[in-house]
Amino acid sequence: MELIIQGIIKAFELIISLDPEVMGITWLSLKISGTATFISLFIGVSIGTLVALSNFSGKRLIISLINTGMGLPPVVVGLFVTIMIWRSGPLGFLEILYTPYAMIIAQAIIATPIVMGISLASIQNLPPNLRLQILSLGASRLQMVWVLIKESKLPLLAAVMAGFGGVISEVGASIMVGGNIKGYSRVLTTATVMETGKGNFDIAIALGIILLILAFIVNLLLTQIQQRQHPR
Amino acid sequence: MNILTIQNLIVKRSGVTVLDISELNVEQGRILALIGPNGAGKSTLLLTMAGLLKPSQGEIYYRDMPVDSSVSRSHMRRSACVVFQEPLLLNTSVYKNVALGLKFRHLSNAEIKKNVEDALDYFGIRALAARSAKTLSGGEARRVSLARAFALKPQLILLDEAFNSLDPPTRAKLIDDLRHILEETKITAVLALHDREETLRLAQDVTVMAGGKIIQSGTTAQIFNEPKSEFVANFVGTETILEGTVQSSSEGLTEISVAGKIIEAVGDFLPGQNVYCCLRPENITVSPAMPGKISARNVFEAKIQKIVRQSFFYKIFLDCGFILVAYITVSSCEDLGLCEDSTVAVSFKATAVHVIWRERQDTDISAQRPVQG
Repeated sequence: MELIIQGIIKAFELIISLDPEVMGITWLSLKISGTATFISLFIGVSIGTLVALSNFSGKRLIISLINTGMGLPPVVVGLFVTIMIWRSGPLGFLEILYTPYAMIIAQAIIATPIVMGISLASIQNLPPNLRLQILSLGASRLQMVWVLIKESKLPLLAAVMAGFGGVISEVGASIMVGGNIKGYSRVLTTATVMETGKGNFDIAIALGIILLILAFIVNLLLTQIQQRQHPR
Repeated sequence: MNILTIQNLIVKRSGVTVLDISELNVEQGRILALIGPNGAGKSTLLLTMAGLLKPSQGEIYYRDMPVDSSVSRSHMRRSACVVFQEPLLLNTSVYKNVALGLKFRHLSNAEIKKNVEDALDYFGIRALAARSAKTLSGGEARRVSLARAFALKPQLILLDEAFNSLDPPTRAKLIDDLRHILEETKITAVLALHDREETLRLAQDVTVMAGGKIIQSGTTAQIFNEPKSEFVANFVGTETILEGTVQSSSEGLTEISVAGKIIEAVGDFLPGQNVYCCLRPENITVSPAMPGKISARNVFEAKIQKIVRQSFFYKIFLDCGFILVAYITVSSCEDLGLCEDSTVAVSFKATAVHVIWRERQDTDISAQRPVQG
């Protein structure tokens, strides 16, 4: 019991005193996961919208694949990315294994299907005649797509949050492709795993609290967005 | 001149023919109603007219130019505008919603402002400009969606049951306003409707549809008075519709001139206003000679044109300068000894006349604004 109480007290000291190591890890986490989410936003929204708006045979299969991808196990992604960028692998020449770049790639692969799935569903959820109404008001195809994306900006924001929440709390892929190198590729989750292993519960608890706070903020924003109502 | 001509049109959806129209013309400046049961193909026809649906076969001419390529279809799409059953507003302000189509056309901000404000004024919703579309009532949202289309000043406006799911007073007000706006802007309109009173109030021409085909086309009075089939008759009802002009109106009694005769009806209307007088056949009384004193305000001498036996009564067509239809029981008919070509007296009460104002006057009396009747 004392171990826990001591740990929590020390953890708050670390957070309140803005301990450079803890802050450094937090900042790196935000940078890597933020960049990965940003990349997934572009790929996810454009492909998601494209699939939602086009009619082709096998569309249902594609949608099932995207939905499956929303639950992609991070370790599988980690394994796949590691193989691809391994020194003798197809992308080995890039020499990015155990770098933040590798982590961004892995996290973007995890977040993209999440963003894609949610944006696909939100575009499909718009009233079916809205597309025709916008075209009838004289829009070009591009203008129509842009209006639809803007119209589903709230669910798209939710998609971004969900993607970000997914990757910032992910550990398997990050540790596999990033290597948990101090001050370089050590993020909140990988550091928590390591400090717990070493028995440094105070730092581990501090990192865990920060992770929880970030997750809470993301979910708070998500709930705010989802509670808004739609027009007639 | 026809703004739109359709010939031998076939539209298929997932292999099934949903529209099969041999000929349909939309005349410039007129208001055409498409009526028919659900699934008659009205919405599909509107989408085809709007250039949003590519027909499988057939020819469409827009202002005598064939619409047969994606360029010409796109031109038609930009000249016409559909307004759907549901308002389909975007999650932004009323002003930005109404400005949407103008923005697509890259007009200057000053031009957009002027057109948007004109359109908002037409529908009496200028005060709502800054409101968020999601806070509007059903009637307000409908007005915004109509204003958004009218702001574009389209050549052709296509309304798909635009008054559905509104409560009766809101609906009646919107129909009145829409009629005035169509009168003023002279925009050609095609309206999918399923209510006979809406049709009488708004339309000059009517096309009855069922199962993707046209059953009958004609002017409103033609369709209502001379339904070609049982189906059309059931759909438009049995009332006799007479076109007339208000002669004078005072103290709740209005004199309406119909084919040179005067019909008295209840209600206040402006002299010169064009109206429809609707009479139910069961409210017409036939007597062998002109009656002496009678409470009915309308008594005419008439010649029996035709007697048609229905199941339990006779349907009698009477020519009193205009054609009236009366239902007379079999025994009355035999007691009176009615036969074709005989002369009788016809009477009906002023309260039996249902007066509906006609939209857009054929003669220009736009200076005289109709008042509520």
